[in-house]
Amino acid sequence: MNIALRLLLAFLVAFAITACRKDAEPEPVEAPVEDTTRDVSTSAAPDPRDYTDARNFDNPASLLSKRVVYFDFDKSEIKTEYRDIVAAHATYISSSQSARVTLESHADERGTREYNLGLGERRGNAVNGVLSAGGARGSQLDVVSYGEERPTCRVSNEDCWAKNRRVEIVYTAR
Amino acid sequence: MRSNRIPARPLRHLAALFLLVFVAVEARAQLQIEIVQGNAAQLPIAIVPFHWRAAGPPPINTVSSVVSADLYRSGLFAPVKEEDMVDRPADAESIRFGTWRLLKVDYIAVGYVNDNAAGGYDIVYQLFDVNTQERLLSQVTSVGPGDLRFGSHRVADAIYEKLTGVPGAFATRIAYVSATGEGAGLRYELVVADADGYAPITVVGSPEPLLSPAWSPDGERLAYVSFEAGNSAIYVQEVTTGARELVSSGRGINGAPAFSPDGRWLALTLSRSGNPEIYVRNLDSGETRQLTSHWAIDTEPAWSPDSRTIYFTSDRGGKPQIYSVPVGGGNADRITSQGDSNARASVAPDGRSMAIAHGQGNEYRIAVWDLAVQRLRVLTPGRLDESPSFAPNGSMILYATREGTRGVLAAVSADGNVRQRIILSEGDVREPAWSPVIR
Repeated sequence: MNIALRLLLAFLVAFAITACRKDAEPEPVEAPVEDTTRDVSTSAAPDPRDYTDARNFDNPASLLSKRVVYFDFDKSEIKTEYRDIVAAHATYISSSQSARVTLESHADERGTREYNLGLGERRGNAVNGVLSAGGARGSQLDVVSYGEERPTCRVSNEDCWAKNRRVEIVYTAR
Repeated sequence: MRSNRIPARPLRHLAALFLLVFVAVEARAQLQIEIVQGNAAQLPIAIVPFHWRAAGPPPINTVSSVVSADLYRSGLFAPVKEEDMVDRPADAESIRFGTWRLLKVDYIAVGYVNDNAAGGYDIVYQLFDVNTQERLLSQVTSVGPGDLRFGSHRVADAIYEKLTGVPGAFATRIAYVSATGEGAGLRYELVVADADGYAPITVVGSPEPLLSPAWSPDGERLAYVSFEAGNSAIYVQEVTTGARELVSSGRGINGAPAFSPDGRWLALTLSRSGNPEIYVRNLDSGETRQLTSHWAIDTEPAWSPDSRTIYFTSDRGGKPQIYSVPVGGGNADRITSQGDSNARASVAPDGRSMAIAHGQGNEYRIAVWDLAVQRLRVLTPGRLDESPSFAPNGSMILYATREGTRGVLAAVSADGNVRQRIILSEGDVREPAWSPVIR
């Protein structure tokens, strides 16, 4: 859904640019997907600590470019190292009326599948709580738990399990 | 069920239409079953090839070979190989008992297959005790034209029951979820096959996760969880027609469906209140009752055979354990007490015990909890064994295990003595559910 939306945005931006240049010399227009959310009127590099600037989503120096929170086994507490990331997203979401976020929540393979749906949801709710406390409105946030059904890593060891115990902050609209 | 359906959002209907294959599609892969641990005292039995007296050519998998394979898989029998048989009698008069006694065979079954008036087949057979020459069974099993294989399973059921005193569960089916492909090409299928893995058909296919299949007590419907519309939702689907109904798709988790023994209620897990709780829903009226109310994760409901109790998994004590709650409402009681965690109960048909996924450290194994004496018995040696499902006769427990990074199915006898490994030729297989006896 995210990709489809991005593509749609890409087309809209491409169309807008083409429309503006109606009278200029025709030249091939490229609209790379990763640049579509940029404010086309500004060209200065964004301040990485300005969490209301959507350009920071693609700026590796900014916390907004980090969108995965990892958890300990059978736990849903947000660890210290992820609090700033979640807080940065709370700032962005509360600053953007149009922002919509799905918190896709996951567990590792240990434990039963339905229990892990519950555990994933608990983690999603924890991130949801911090985002709400930071100013995001309930209507902007949605938690979907996939439990252990969508691992990013398939080996049965701690490295892999740690990668799978996560909440992905997925923007369906910015 | 039909009178009170919950309307799906139109967009979701459309998405479902595009994403799903409702029609029964023959799955590519075939199951293969091997005994990895057998019973010490297996009964030697000869299933003599049944004579083919019907018009037309005999099937490749003959009735007797299906019966032999079924009995072998149970781990309780040692069927004589066909090539070791010196004689091929089809009736009582031609059995030379002395010869079979020399071969150390305890029991012998003989018979033939004939056309019947209904256009199908009659499987006519008899079972004898070789030592006493006593006739133990003399039966005719009539089947439709396409059902010879299923009829063979019924013959195996009858022989099994006569010799063990327990009804057979060979003429049953299994449902399971298989995942094939990687990344964006990942595809989930809910498959139904005969209990011996033959004739697998895909009843639902989706690029989004499918899980928790549960049979209706008549074996005609499956409830399951599908993420096809972007979040978990519970569907009930007729196995033969593919017609299905959306039962629950509210905010949060819609999971762990379980039919009541009379088929009229569905127990389910909903997190619409903010965290997962157990509910029961009447499939005719839609009446829904909440059975648990706790901040913990309450999920995986399982009905007792008398419909009075729901067993469920809860981490209200810190780690997942099995609890019970009266279906009529009341307090929850803790059931299991041994091990780090115990989850996903499958209640034995006699209601006296339950199979559970038992966790100790990083190892998850299938165990049986005896409800009367409150004792745990670990049955399997795996590291990540889960999703136990009792056979309808209580003899075996089907479960999911791992081989490397791949999920496969296995079955273990309720006493832990016999173990089978069930290999699908491709894909990651999990979430098995053994059907009730199909009439």
